[in-house]
Amino acid sequence: MRSLLAALVATTCLVSVAEAATVFPLDRATILAGSPFDMKVEFDAVVASGDVTVTINGEPAEKVLGKSVAFVEKEKGVDASAVIVRAASIAKPGTYTVEAKAGGETKTVVWEVFATPSTPTAKNVIFFLGDGLSVAHRTGARLMSKGMHEGKADGRLNMDDIPPVAFIGTSATNAVATDSANTMSAYMTGHKTAVNAIGVYADRTKDPFDDPRVENIAEALRRTTKKSIGVVATSEIEDATPAAVVGHTRLRAEKAALVNDFFAVKPEVILGGGSAYFLGKATPGSKRKDDKDYVQLFRDAGYTLATSKDELATAAGTNSGKILGLFHTGNMDVTLDREFLKKGTVSKFPNQPGLVQMTQVAIDELAKNPDGFFLMVEGSSIDKMSHPMDWDRALVETIEFDKAIGVAVEFARTHPDTLIVVTGDHTHGVSIIGTVDDDKPGADMREKVGTYAEAGFPNYEDKDGDGYPDRVDVSRRLMLFANNFPDYYETFRPKLDGPFEPAVKNEKGEYVANEQYKDVPGAVLRTGNIPRNGDTAVHAVDDVVLQATGPGAEGFRGYMEQSDVYRALVDALAIAPVQN
Amino acid sequence: MPRNRISPVRQMHPPLSRRRLLQAGAGLLGMSVLGVGPAAAATALDFDELYGKISVLGLSFSDKVKSLAGKKVAMRGFMAPPLKAEADFFVLTEIPMALCPFCSSDADWPDNIVVIRLDRAQTFEQANALIEVEGTLEVGSWTDPATGFVSLLRIVGAHFHAV
Repeated sequence: MRSLLAALVATTCLVSVAEAATVFPLDRATILAGSPFDMKVEFDAVVASGDVTVTINGEPAEKVLGKSVAFVEKEKGVDASAVIVRAASIAKPGTYTVEAKAGGETKTVVWEVFATPSTPTAKNVIFFLGDGLSVAHRTGARLMSKGMHEGKADGRLNMDDIPPVAFIGTSATNAVATDSANTMSAYMTGHKTAVNAIGVYADRTKDPFDDPRVENIAEALRRTTKKSIGVVATSEIEDATPAAVVGHTRLRAEKAALVNDFFAVKPEVILGGGSAYFLGKATPGSKRKDDKDYVQLFRDAGYTLATSKDELATAAGTNSGKILGLFHTGNMDVTLDREFLKKGTVSKFPNQPGLVQMTQVAIDELAKNPDGFFLMVEGSSIDKMSHPMDWDRALVETIEFDKAIGVAVEFARTHPDTLIVVTGDHTHGVSIIGTVDDDKPGADMREKVGTYAEAGFPNYEDKDGDGYPDRVDVSRRLMLFANNFPDYYETFRPKLDGPFEPAVKNEKGEYVANEQYKDVPGAVLRTGNIPRNGDTAVHAVDDVVLQATGPGAEGFRGYMEQSDVYRALVDALAIAPVQN
Repeated sequence: MPRNRISPVRQMHPPLSRRRLLQAGAGLLGMSVLGVGPAAAATALDFDELYGKISVLGLSFSDKVKSLAGKKVAMRGFMAPPLKAEADFFVLTEIPMALCPFCSSDADWPDNIVVIRLDRAQTFEQANALIEVEGTLEVGSWTDPATGFVSLLRIVGAHFHAV
């Protein structure tokens, strides 16, 4: 490997031609002025260093980016050359045309470097991310929580009073379909990337840690402000969505490394599951492959530790200013199991807090900072229960997510300088098509599905007024279906004994219907319509609805790419004012 | 420790729970059935008996597991989808795994898994099928040099059969 300056002499000699080189950031990238990012040019063949030039607006890349340019003649595992610039930045907003040449071939991409207004409109931002939140989840949560008669809802969700302001396109750089890593990464960095990637563009080498990095919002706030940062989720805290606030890796499964990234940024409030990746490998229950004890490292860094809802309440009263709350070794149990059915892993972890308490503690703690804060709250298991088509759990999760939004709305009443955003990261192929009524005649569950006028209204009750249905196994329930699925047994009933596992893998590597549900009365086998290596229902490509209220909400409008959302967030906070 | 299963069959249809009947049977018959030879009687070990304490800050092995370290045990469970059909290494889980953590970047293993190292390669058994594994229990963290897979409990020199 050789390094040399980019101000290389262009020659016309014959070389093995690099066709259609790839430049990262990709064409049409939007880059926050002054934010560090890596630039990489991947040529399609081995080229001679003397034949390579990389210019930006006609000037040598090195001069514009302020960093030296490295030439790699042959990348590891790839029979081709590349040019890499680490931690570059461009201070001046404008249009930048990047030209990468190797011999006679040229690849041109255009970047837009943007500044923010000079004066912030918002002091605080609370970003609510319902993982997989689709329109059916909202509708179902409202019907289940509030009820309906004569066609009008008997109450409103908190999110019902936050104006929908934009439709968000969620596609990845490598596919129209998408996952929670690249979608949240786009929200949190302003750059779209590939499925499974977080805080990086996905390059062609196998190493999941060498990909071209972009700055995330946590790093941007650390670089430009004294604001506090909070990350709250009901999943493992190092799962894709919460990790995308702080992390950088090509592969979201690198959870141990994502814990390292949390430690590098040190958000003041970190609440969620996933303690297994904080424990050294010698501790039973650890999922790390090294001996690093991040629980101790965070304690040494001044964090108050909480491992149960009682300890969280205690931690909220301390003055450490930093709280690490880890409430499960893996994903936290869902609300329906935690508060009502006591299934899942609730017997092992009986004192997990819910998203409402976690959101309240986070806001109270972060609001102590006179400079303001950024808080990300994820309703993680709306998605985790929608994959296996466990609709009752997914809807109850949505109700809890909505209650957490209510905490923020209440805070904003007394802190009007707070921007609240509510959105999903992608959708699911799910719809409510009516009801299913056990009291209809016969044993054939399919004939008990009510459509059109036969649907009537569901008969959930909320006698204790807690916003949750007293039972989900009422006689006339909402009927939801996924439009895509592996082979599975449709039972038409809530899964009262634990989260649904629709399919299991057979010896051919194909997912087949889980026979544990075969003998549920009325269960019918549905033959799948996705490839047989698919374990559960998949994400939809449909747009996501984004809602916003408070100062800066006007930055969201019409159709937006997921990466455009970042710009509206940093505009509201004015973290990159135009330099004169 | 309270039992914790998410098998849906158990409470919906107790009479149909093949697994529960088998477990009861194994418990009643004990070593005489599970023994593999006069000098190496295997002790039945249940998934619920692996850990004495489960907390956010780590698990601790049960007294039973500690006392069985290095001894012959028999465990019943489900074979997680392996990377290839013919293998001498697989993961035994308490319930059928809907996801393949080896294959999917989104999936993760449950806490209570046991790594099985077979004395010879055997063919994958249906994930829907209960199997019984016999072999020598190894206790404590160990990293597989070939795969980097970290395990806490292993049954080595093992063989299995469908039940």
